[in-house]
Amino acid sequence: MSEVCTPTLQEISGLRERNAISLKMAKERGKKVVGTYCLFSPVELIVAAGAIPVSLCGTSPTPIPAAEKVLPRSLCPLIKSSYGFALTDTCPFFHFSDLLLAETTCDGKKKMYELLGRMKPLHLMQLPQVQDEAALEYWILELKRLIRRLEEEFSVQITPERLASAVMLLNEERRSLKALQDVMKRKPAPITGIDLLTVLHNRGFTVDKHEAIELVNRLTAELTELAERGVSPFDSTTPRILLTGVPVGVGSDKVVRLVEELGGSVVCFESCGAYKKVDPVVPGADLLRSIAEKYLRIPCSCMSPNHGRLSLLERLVDEFQVDGVIDLTWQGCHTYNVESLSVKHHLQQGPGTPFLQIETDYSESDTEQLRVRIEAFLELISARLGG
Amino acid sequence: MIAAGIDIGSTGTKAVLFDGAIRATAVVPTGWDPAGAGVAAFRQALDAAGIAEGAVGRVVGTGYGRVSLPLFDKKVTEITCHARGAHFLHPETRTVLDIGGQDSKVISVDAEGKVVEFAMNDKCAAGTGRFLQVMAGVLGVSLEELGSISAGAEPVRISSMCAVFAESEIIGLLAKGVDKGRIAAGVFQSIASRMQGLAGKVSVSGGITFSGGVALNPAICRAIGSGLGAEVLVPAAPQLVGALGAALVGFEA
Ligand code: SF4
Ligand code: SF4
Repeated sequence: MSEVCTPTLQEISGLRERNAISLKMAKERGKKVVGTYCLFSPVELIVAAGAIPVSLCGTSPTPIPAAEKVLPRSLCPLIKSSYGFALTDTCPFFHFSDLLLAETTCDGKKKMYELLGRMKPLHLMQLPQVQDEAALEYWILELKRLIRRLEEEFSVQITPERLASAVMLLNEERRSLKALQDVMKRKPAPITGIDLLTVLHNRGFTVDKHEAIELVNRLTAELTELAERGVSPFDSTTPRILLTGVPVGVGSDKVVRLVEELGGSVVCFESCGAYKKVDPVVPGADLLRSIAEKYLRIPCSCMSPNHGRLSLLERLVDEFQVDGVIDLTWQGCHTYNVESLSVKHHLQQGPGTPFLQIETDYSESDTEQLRVRIEAFLELISARLGG
Repeated sequence: MIAAGIDIGSTGTKAVLFDGAIRATAVVPTGWDPAGAGVAAFRQALDAAGIAEGAVGRVVGTGYGRVSLPLFDKKVTEITCHARGAHFLHPETRTVLDIGGQDSKVISVDAEGKVVEFAMNDKCAAGTGRFLQVMAGVLGVSLEELGSISAGAEPVRISSMCAVFAESEIIGLLAKGVDKGRIAAGVFQSIASRMQGLAGKVSVSGGITFSGGVALNPAICRAIGSGLGAEVLVPAAPQLVGALGAALVGFEA
């Protein structure tokens, strides 16, 4: 597997560090920063309030030991990492945040937020865990409560015009992210899954959304051109893997690395930072309602039932010509671990795509065991493809 | 064409020579030198067959201890190999159970011996050969004796799945004067229920073949069979199934 590199890929690799500096400068100009932890955070409202949204989701194992002095060790590593960054004040994006935005998603997170709220001002949104009409009405009220909080906190007014332009901007961002990921539908994919993940991760730290959109568009054009010329680190027989399940990012990417080291190509991430994110707001007569609808239909495992994830998966398996699905679940994540069984059954009864669940954490301690599983899974797929 | 399969496990290293039928086999302890054990097992099998190394067309390596031996033309996971080996010996096999030294697995295979799905326990010693070894050690008997003393004994319930806790539980039982045979039978039952739990993760159907060295112990085979409520097929040399599968992969390539 030879690496493919483009100028924009290179530019994006240094983005996180550069953005910490731009964020500091923006703060000095009086800009407000809101830290988010989850895809359910209605970023439109933050942008409409004139503030900068930054993602604080912990994907690094480094701050976990510090977090374990306070939190139970058996908790999901994503929660421990997120909390550990706050506790040790080692994440510049947390450091510069004026307000934290959180939602009652899974049990571990919502109780962690109670502790986090002692460190910084935190606004907790009560997220319904069902996707029906009554839940939508309730969620709209929660969006209104967030509007009031942002307006008071930052002494601004979220006007309908500002909301409308925020919706347009974020939809444009989603469109650009979808186009980027759709390049991976090409067979073989022009870049590795680890490169795509790194781009999606680093891009999340951009302070200026317009700039980020332009960057992603530029990369998409470069990759399309590579694909046209048939440039790829893989060939047409490389098993194409879709990764579903818990959020992944730089630092919690060992399974992606192993898959590609062992001869697979991760072509699609059906997870929060990736394909789950690209679903746009469909603007209707009442814009706030449209925003609420968009967020409430996110197919996350904290929803019950969560049929949306199954249909999204089935669609992506088809569109990306997927040969195998790996369901990544963090230890301590009950919702994704239990839901894995439904995913497996759904695939068995539907497209019959080979399926592997992997339960692990951010540490490297089980790398050898994972290697055997993933290698055997790729062998199984190759045997099927070989006829 | 003659193909060789070499399975470097955590305790034993096995070699099989195959040319349409099994020509020769060898088993040597892995010890601290997996690479050396791989070469030794290969040589021993060659000697047994009376053929020269150059006559072997392909050498395929497998097993947890599989290392990059220059000898290997190819490496394949033990999951694929156990499936192929078990299917060759018992074509009716649709499920393979394997208890290895460090891990245990349940593999479901199709009519051609291809892997459909699998589940593995490799996080802890429970339900592995290592667990048996530790328990035999606590009882002060060998692995073979563990089987014979358990014969006909009413199993005592061992509630801890974790090897460390089970060890102290057994020490407690011994202190209370519980018969060693009953404890041994309890150990087998604990392994069987662990395998049952693992089997619940894949669709178990059709012929069930039990591979790996632990299957040499008839008491375990009985415990596992009654745990799953099905008859369990045990190959004549269950410890060679992985190496045979590797040889088959080489032969068919
Ligand atoms: S998996 Fe669900 S709860 Fe976790 S970040 Fe994504 S949307 Fe939020
Ligand atoms: S991975 Fe699971 S447990 Fe962890 S934060 Fe997300 S939903 Fe909660």
